[in-house]
Amino acid sequence: MAQYRKRPWTFYVLAAFFTLFVLFLYGPMLAIYILSFQGPTGGLTFPLNGMSLHWFGALFEQQRTGDFAGSFTRSVLLALLVMICTVTFSVMAGLAFRRRFFGSTAIFYMAVASLVMPGLFLSLGIGLIFRVIGVPTNWYASALGAQLTWTLPFGLLIMFAVLSRFSRSYEEAARDLGATNRQTLQYIVLPILFPGLIAVALFGFTLSYDEFPRTLLTVGPGNTLPLEIYAMTTTVTSPALYALGTVTTVVSFVAIVLSLGSIAVIQWRRGGRSRK
Amino acid sequence: MAQSGGIELANVTKRFGDTLAIDNVSVTVPPGTYCCLLGPSGCGKTTLLRMIAGHEEPTSGDVLIDGQSVLGLPPVKRGTAMMFQSYALFPHLTCLDNVAFNLKVHGVAKAPRRKQAHEMLERVQMDGFADRVPAELSGGQQQRIALARSLITNPKVLLLDEPLSALDEFLRLQMRGNLRQMQKEFGITFVHVTHTQMEAIAVADLVVVMDHGQIDQADSARGVYDAPRTTYVARFIGGQNVLGGKVVEVESGAALLEDARGNRFTVPAGDTAPNVGETRFLSIRRDRIEMEKLADPSATGSDAVNSVVGKVWMTEYQGTWVKVSIVLADGEEFVANISDGTFFANPAREGDTVVARWSAEAVHPLEHRESNFDTSRIGMHT
Repeated sequence: MAQYRKRPWTFYVLAAFFTLFVLFLYGPMLAIYILSFQGPTGGLTFPLNGMSLHWFGALFEQQRTGDFAGSFTRSVLLALLVMICTVTFSVMAGLAFRRRFFGSTAIFYMAVASLVMPGLFLSLGIGLIFRVIGVPTNWYASALGAQLTWTLPFGLLIMFAVLSRFSRSYEEAARDLGATNRQTLQYIVLPILFPGLIAVALFGFTLSYDEFPRTLLTVGPGNTLPLEIYAMTTTVTSPALYALGTVTTVVSFVAIVLSLGSIAVIQWRRGGRSRK
Repeated sequence: MAQSGGIELANVTKRFGDTLAIDNVSVTVPPGTYCCLLGPSGCGKTTLLRMIAGHEEPTSGDVLIDGQSVLGLPPVKRGTAMMFQSYALFPHLTCLDNVAFNLKVHGVAKAPRRKQAHEMLERVQMDGFADRVPAELSGGQQQRIALARSLITNPKVLLLDEPLSALDEFLRLQMRGNLRQMQKEFGITFVHVTHTQMEAIAVADLVVVMDHGQIDQADSARGVYDAPRTTYVARFIGGQNVLGGKVVEVESGAALLEDARGNRFTVPAGDTAPNVGETRFLSIRRDRIEMEKLADPSATGSDAVNSVVGKVWMTEYQGTWVKVSIVLADGEEFVANISDGTFFANPAREGDTVVARWSAEAVHPLEHRESNFDTSRIGMHT
């Protein structure tokens, strides 16, 4: 093996900088995860006063820490709804945009423009409109719509990336072999695109799960989890807040592992076990 | 069983927007023929194939298979099956399910369709790979799966879009023989699109040479190689020297030409009687040339009819022959393929001045046809 050349000094500077960045990124989170296991008599800061799961239990006592169970349920249900809508519409739109049709450019820019709209104002506007037309704002109606303005363009952009590697000849081959349009979609297009669809679903789910500004003024009477956590930062002065942080991180983490894991399994089955 | 799968294209034209891809093409492919559509990229050969397949519809004209117009019919109803350039094997399905796909979409139950697919895999010697996915196969194996997947539809016509271009040189030679055998075994019509001259000549009964959306010549392999119709076909197929000159004399059905260098050649009259003063073209096969070294290195022209003089600029040993490239006085290239025994008896070296001659019988008259296609850029194969 060829000998490595001596590394230049810039390598050490950049490596040090990167280390600092990683510490900044994960250090505070790590502190929160550790403090969430604070003993029953411990406070909001180090040192740990024993170790316990006490504060995780405290989460479910509504009076003390706010409506954790309710907001968590709402958030997960909303994220699932957003995920389903995002996948469905992004796939349909992505397939449609492969062809140029009348107004396709205008529609594309309109869809993508909502990515740069300030979320809080969008939320304000949607809340206002709902009030004007006399429909009460609610997490499963106005908040769902507000979040979709954010996740749909994201999903569409991911679909563009996914479809750019999808050859039209698969569809032609299916048609050549006598498949109807529906059969081509069901047996060929969707299964081949499936790993990409998981990516869209993951984005839809996580973007919704931690969305704050677009939900703030559209959520109606029951808070989603991020709003609830924000409220709790001002009222709750116990490590239960940290326990909440740990629980929500675990949920996000599970979602990511499930998605990436299933993509990896699919690629492994398709990519040839003997090669690579 | 009477062979079926005869194809007839009648005045087919195809436009994409303002671009004319196929310009009023008519050709007949008899049943059970191995036909190659040959031409440089962009000549319209793939478009023609896709119109036979039903993946494009002609702007005007008719496509007939076994005498029936198939316009507007889906591929399966036409009795055609297409093998795509990169095979388009479904990456998420095993080889067996790829091959069985046609049966699946036609509602054949799992057990019988798997049985049939296994049988088809056996016919292409791929049954051992039934449970693999396409990414686990080599290019040659993928091609066989693609072939099996197409043939399971019982097509009358198999359409192959550049079937060998994804393979390396060694496999290409092997698989082209394989395709030819398959075609004989199944007894159906094959239409094979390629831009490689020698590939077409090696496998095809009928070679259709195309350029700019038109057919220049549709003939047997020997026909296009030995008797090209136009200057374009002669240059594109290769193996020929193409010369042109003004008619200076007409005598008993033959014309005497003189080119700008002062060389004179005879050419048979061909279909139309030559007139003094007009320009005529001819070709001579590279292997019908005799070459002799000249003592006078400054000679640039030859007095004898049917000969040219030039300097050797490259010799390439090809095993049974030596390819000698000669640069004529005006920079044009002339190639003589000399058998290795003759060449090495008195070898010419680069820089030697030589005379190249040929007999009047070796001359073949050509129709002139201009092409944007730059023949000097492709490597001629002989």
